[in-house]
Amino acid sequence: MSLETHIAPVATSRYGSNAGQPLTRRDGLLKVTGRATYAADNHPEGMLFAVMAVSRIARGRVRSMNIEAARAHPGVVEVLTPANRPPLFHDPNERIPPFGFRVEVLQDDSVRYVNQPIALVIAETLEAATEGAALLDPQYDTEPARVGLETGVRFDPSGVGIGGTPKTAHGDVEAGLSKAPIAIDVEVETPPQYHNAMEPHAVVAEWDGDRVVLDMPNQALAISCASYAAFFGIPVENVTIRSPFLGGGFGSKAILNGPQILAILAARMLNRPVKLALTRAQMYGPVSHRGQTWQKLRMGMERDGALIALHHHSLSATSAFEDFLEPAANASLPLYASPAILVEHEGIRLDTGTPGPMRAPGEASGSAALEVAIDEAAEACGMDPLAFRLKNYAETEPATGKPFSSKALRTCYEEGAARFGWSRRPRSAGQMRDENGLLVGWGMGTAVFGCPHFPAEARATLRADGTALVETGAADMGQGAWTALAQIAAEALGLEPDQVEFHSGLSTLPDAGVAGGSGHTASAGLALNQAGGDAIAQLSDLAVNDPQSPLFGAGNIGVTARGGRLYRRDDESRSESYAQILARAGRSHVAGTAKSNRDPAIASGHALYSHGAVFAEVKIDPDLGQIRTTRLIGAFAAGRIINPRLVQSQYFGGMIWGISFALHEEAVTDKRTGRIMNADLAEYHVPVNADVPPLEAILVPEDDAIVNPIGVKGVGEIGITGTVGAIANAVWHATGKRVRKFPIRIEDVMSSR
Amino acid sequence: MNRFDFIRPANIAEAVTAAAVPGSVYLAAGTNLLDLMKIGVTRPERVIDISRLPGLDRIEWLSDGSVRIGALMRNADLAYDTRFAATYPAIAEALLSGASAQLRNAATVGGNLLQRTRCAYFQDTASACNRREPGSGCDALHGENRLHAVLGWSEQCIATHPSDFCVPLAALGAVIEIEGVGGRRDIPIESLHSLPDASRALESTLAPGDFITGLRLPPEAASFAGNARYVKLRERTSYAFAVVSAAAMLDMDGDTIRASRLAIGAVAAKPWRAHEAEAVLVGQKAGREIFEKAATAALADARPSGDNAFKITLAHRILVRALMLAYEGTPKVMPALPASPFPEQHLSAPKADLHVA
Amino acid sequence: MPFSISLTVNGQPNSIALDDPRVTLLDLLRERLHLTGTKKGCDRGQCGACTVILDGRRINACLTLAATLDGSTVTTIEGLAEGTELHPVQAAFIACDGLQCGYCTPGQIMSAVGLLSEGHAGNDPERVRELMSGNICRCGAYQGITQAVLEAGQILSQNNTAQSRENGRNAA
Repeated sequence: MSLETHIAPVATSRYGSNAGQPLTRRDGLLKVTGRATYAADNHPEGMLFAVMAVSRIARGRVRSMNIEAARAHPGVVEVLTPANRPPLFHDPNERIPPFGFRVEVLQDDSVRYVNQPIALVIAETLEAATEGAALLDPQYDTEPARVGLETGVRFDPSGVGIGGTPKTAHGDVEAGLSKAPIAIDVEVETPPQYHNAMEPHAVVAEWDGDRVVLDMPNQALAISCASYAAFFGIPVENVTIRSPFLGGGFGSKAILNGPQILAILAARMLNRPVKLALTRAQMYGPVSHRGQTWQKLRMGMERDGALIALHHHSLSATSAFEDFLEPAANASLPLYASPAILVEHEGIRLDTGTPGPMRAPGEASGSAALEVAIDEAAEACGMDPLAFRLKNYAETEPATGKPFSSKALRTCYEEGAARFGWSRRPRSAGQMRDENGLLVGWGMGTAVFGCPHFPAEARATLRADGTALVETGAADMGQGAWTALAQIAAEALGLEPDQVEFHSGLSTLPDAGVAGGSGHTASAGLALNQAGGDAIAQLSDLAVNDPQSPLFGAGNIGVTARGGRLYRRDDESRSESYAQILARAGRSHVAGTAKSNRDPAIASGHALYSHGAVFAEVKIDPDLGQIRTTRLIGAFAAGRIINPRLVQSQYFGGMIWGISFALHEEAVTDKRTGRIMNADLAEYHVPVNADVPPLEAILVPEDDAIVNPIGVKGVGEIGITGTVGAIANAVWHATGKRVRKFPIRIEDVMSSR
Repeated sequence: MNRFDFIRPANIAEAVTAAAVPGSVYLAAGTNLLDLMKIGVTRPERVIDISRLPGLDRIEWLSDGSVRIGALMRNADLAYDTRFAATYPAIAEALLSGASAQLRNAATVGGNLLQRTRCAYFQDTASACNRREPGSGCDALHGENRLHAVLGWSEQCIATHPSDFCVPLAALGAVIEIEGVGGRRDIPIESLHSLPDASRALESTLAPGDFITGLRLPPEAASFAGNARYVKLRERTSYAFAVVSAAAMLDMDGDTIRASRLAIGAVAAKPWRAHEAEAVLVGQKAGREIFEKAATAALADARPSGDNAFKITLAHRILVRALMLAYEGTPKVMPALPASPFPEQHLSAPKADLHVA
Repeated sequence: MPFSISLTVNGQPNSIALDDPRVTLLDLLRERLHLTGTKKGCDRGQCGACTVILDGRRINACLTLAATLDGSTVTTIEGLAEGTELHPVQAAFIACDGLQCGYCTPGQIMSAVGLLSEGHAGNDPERVRELMSGNICRCGAYQGITQAVLEAGQILSQNNTAQSRENGRNAA
């Protein structure tokens, strides 16, 4: 897919060239004119509309449905139920790692959570399909819902997150705690949260024999193609996914889900294109969420504030039939130095949809609890929270002793604190009021996020006219892949970004890996960098071996690529344009390719993280308890910054998610039925514009020659970490109230007078 | 959404006749009705489109000092009408604190009066709800009910009325004009919405076919313009329903309260006019002490219907706050965050005097 | 009961045959007129992604029945740019990075256009934030959105001033 447009570019859309420049989004024109095509915007000839019917009980079986009524509704073409569902070629109760969790695709009449698909109604119009689904009026045999701490079934996990370790021990925590002169014990509960990307999960499926084209938002194109090929018993090359734009993903569009499979199946069954878009309410179940946690932290300190023991335990919720656990306690591994650290997880099975990775999985929930506990530890030691953090600053990764590939956290603390005015903060709580009498509190938190790296492939073709075509199947869900990846490619090719035609968002392109773990720019970017390098190397071979070229014989000295020309490294007066080199060689193009991955030795020998420090001010009405974040400043160090404009937006987005986690988001479940009683956007509160104060993100310079050859770390998720704790700690600083349960509510902070 | 007959009457009389047939609903802007139809709470057989009926989208200033507002007047048009906002500032503030700019641009006065509860169990057709399905029970009673009623509820129903607009209207004693099968009649707004009793949970006193054509504010409602506020507590800064809210209006004679108008929102199945509190204030010197007494009187009968005792405390405090703010005087310009407890300029950079121990 | 409505969409008068009174303005635009720039985020008036200008006012297209719109005029995101020239709000959204995934963006932009024509925000960022709160952005692009509305507002008011000065000269 490419970014074609007939609108004139905006004058301000370019500031310079290549990596490091704050270019505006290359896809901006399409997005502001409504021409960016999201999955549900497709409408192939003859298309039918599918609407899902979902269970309204949490456990049991569907006893009956009024299928006749649905079929009788004018316009309804077919009703898919377990009774007539065509076979699939993969058992949906078997996983397809890494992102193919067990899914519900009408394999039987059982119900294992609320909003599970129980039928699919296909009709000529959306209105008919919607009403057809409503007319099914399912009757159930209902078993009691297990949705609380008391009724859930606990288990010891063999893994957490995706491939994470459930327990890590370093030193003797109990010994440390027993001898510590100062100790704290903190419990923090985090609620179930739902990704709620603005774009509901959707697919338009069109079959041609045993080949299928899928328009769907997708964070992991190649992995998904393989999964769909398995489910439909076709070769992987017969599956094409087009995903030029995702209307947000946050993790939920990397995971295979039942509804999309069912719509694809319906298209095959009816031999017509089918479109399915979930309703907002239906996104609270089959398409993943952030699982609830109950966390306990114990810390022991010397009198000078030095940590000597850190124990972080997370009881993490999962579904009754899957194992994904929020790896919350692992948030305590990378940050604070302690001779003894124990992090461990326990699972609890609830009758909910399966949770999965949601923007900063584990880190968000875990950091929320850890940063609150650190604040309490500082208070217990009579120390300023920043001084306490600096006292326990980890020079090497605490549990492993590995050196950090880079860590400019100290600078983040300094610059953030200076900008915020942290030094003027009174130590104890309840000290500040503004001129209107509002309670004022200042809090901080440390931000941290790992740097995963995924295998990726790319192709870079230098063309006869000196421009380039660059291809990789990346996913842009708002982070700016269309722009940042093109910048990386342009740099590698020695071209201006507007000389690079970038194709992306399509599964037939080279595999760009997963847009997840904040690792997409680094992973796909490295492949583009190396593919570009390969193309330049081929071009340079042509030049230095051509006696007609001014670069002839420069093979040992080497050439550099810049501005569409190759220059002799030791003599800038000798150069030649790409077009000239190709023309003389009689070549229409040279095509560079790359398959890149991280050198395993780098990961085994180093700790790889982005870092940051977040400072928050809240104001609280003392009588009424309404809370508003009034200032939020983050300073982040994340290696090399490809596009500061887009990186700032990523930090802001993460920080706003932090506001949301701290003060707003919670799925409220009826304990009797397991139904989520606020499965919408009116009562499931995410921040609106008025909740977001002026934000500042300081981009702290950091060179990292180790993390990967392009020095890029991740920026998409780190903003949440640190922010949640900073706001909760600011609430304490304003009110003296330690909050044990997120989100913080009016009744938690209103004065008791 | 079920299939329905779509009927476009030419005038009010035709509309009333059409809507008197069982299974009929009026459609004005549809901001509430269409939502309820989509989630299956309402499945009408006949939709009577009254949105284009002429003459109902106006403000009329009457010679006796009262004002008539047509039922099809849009919320935003009413709130931004300069003369109206200056005369009834608490109503304008309440309107602008509700929903979003888009919804206010569409939603009508009449529709707002008949806005249905946001109770999650009412909206969830799989739950028991006496309001939606009489006799089925009330799943909110022992369910997730931290935001439910603390006044005027019964075991039949603990839902609250969600409107902001209706709160100052109730305080000011608005009169609802109705065209029905039996002709035209007026009812006070306090008689429009019903409280649940021991046996049922009716929503309103309207009969089939009843058409709200408009509402009137009595002449004395204009005497509170100088000291009128609406305050609304929310779980996010904007675009949220009230946790609790209050409208407070004072007619001052120096420091003495000549008359007052008070109502509380989101605490009962109707906007809750606080007559007892108004009585406490009459003839008294304004100030926190008497406002506290008034709030105590207003909430004398309040009791939690579930996990919501904190709402009683909040209702007390927000009444006091609204009275204090009203006493300070109506702001010269509408606050940037209408009805918010956060004052103007609280986002400004901290000043040196921030540390007040 | 098929019937037809006349509806002007982005300046084009249309006679639209409606076979079903249940069709909302949003689904009419997206599924029948294939103007898919207007987005469905919640279908319940809770997110603002479907904001369009109807008869001069910003509204949620998802909560409007198409059947009620006979004789109305709708402007969608597709009708905002004039030829190849972006509307100042569109340009400001790009310049201020007031978008990420882009899904809420058409609604944000139409809402901003409505806000600026309503004229209640002035150049006060707090009023802009409040009056843009009917448009949820899950990515968290609010800072850029607020800035874009303020900047576009300045440009539009300068244009208006220049325009009225021009008109004044012509009149004289």
